[in-house]
Amino acid sequence: MNPKRKSRLYLAVFLLVAVSGTTAALMVAMEQNINMFYPPDQVVDGTAPVERTIRAGGMVKDGSVNRDPDSLAVEFTITDHMGSEFVVAFTGILPDLFREGQGIIVQGELAESGRFQAKEVLAKHDENYMPPELMDMAQEIEAQGAAKSSDPRT
Amino acid sequence: MTLKELWHKLGSPRWFYHMSTPWVTGFGIAAALLLCTGIVWGLGFAPQDYQQGNSVRIMYVHVPAAMVAQSVYIGMGVAGFVLFVWRMKLADVAIAACLPFGMMLTALALFSGGVWGRPTWGTWWDWDGRTVSTLVMLFLYIGIYALREAIPDVELRGRASALVAVVGTINIPIIKYSVEWWHTLHQPASFTLTAKPTMPPEMYLPLLVMVLGIYCFAGHNILSRMRLEIVRRERGTQWVRELVLPARAAG
Repeated sequence: MNPKRKSRLYLAVFLLVAVSGTTAALMVAMEQNINMFYPPDQVVDGTAPVERTIRAGGMVKDGSVNRDPDSLAVEFTITDHMGSEFVVAFTGILPDLFREGQGIIVQGELAESGRFQAKEVLAKHDENYMPPELMDMAQEIEAQGAAKSSDPRT
Repeated sequence: MTLKELWHKLGSPRWFYHMSTPWVTGFGIAAALLLCTGIVWGLGFAPQDYQQGNSVRIMYVHVPAAMVAQSVYIGMGVAGFVLFVWRMKLADVAIAACLPFGMMLTALALFSGGVWGRPTWGTWWDWDGRTVSTLVMLFLYIGIYALREAIPDVELRGRASALVAVVGTINIPIIKYSVEWWHTLHQPASFTLTAKPTMPPEMYLPLLVMVLGIYCFAGHNILSRMRLEIVRRERGTQWVRELVLPARAAG
């Protein structure tokens, strides 16, 4: 390779490495800002700031959704299924994919009491897609399996 | 033909023009067939999702658009590197050809993502890692395009845009891994090389057809633009004159 090209090659590689390094350093430094939400354990252990607009996310706990019959007010618990959970209060229309067991993100303020007053609720969906019939089948098989394992005779 | 010979031949726009003629037609026909099949299959016959219902069908446009937009950017980055180090004319033509198509696909990916996000997430747009890094890619495309329009000198224009294209490739792994590195609203990838797909074949087969279709469309579109640009740049040469005015050349 002629020396001119060689020096240009080194320059290009150097630039790429330098900018990659800078970007990586910036991303590590700003990790908390790039993360879109606080997971439940950080809300509970006090990492998440109190009385400031933040986002928190997790799974809606099964059986925790409590709707007020006279208004749009709703209360539910968000959990990480590992022991950390907090209560969210929200007034408004929930997204279509909001349901128990579903991953969601809430935006609002965390009160000193640990209650989260949400102004916005977003549903997170996972990367799994399935036609409805298949899902029914999967649930049936799971139910059968559960019935079998709880059967004392086996 | 060895790789080294190919490398030397790529230096000749004339060789590239003639070599690419069957490819343009091939990609064009393949794209038309695959896209027609994929659209009808994905939008009409593929099953609904158990949670999202029919809105899951937006995936058949959104995923291929986003994937190919990133691939086109990588292609442009490689062309930028070749142009910067070896000053190959064809690489400059390739950058110019990749820009409009990649820009359009990125815009389509962002738009279809918004339309999909509205019913499923409950919002058109949110500032999470995946959406922001994809927006950065759109701005890179627009920025390089604007840069090229702003510099009249051909040599300088090529070098400047090549450098930005090369440096901008850092954004591609950020887009790809954003959903793994950070907590994002966007879900992780459904397809990886190592794990089996997270959807049944009646959903991923039409998606695969759409992805291949958009890749072929990209091949067709980018090659066509490159050929047009080659003819425009080489318009003074004998071979282009013979190509455009065969009768006069013969007479």
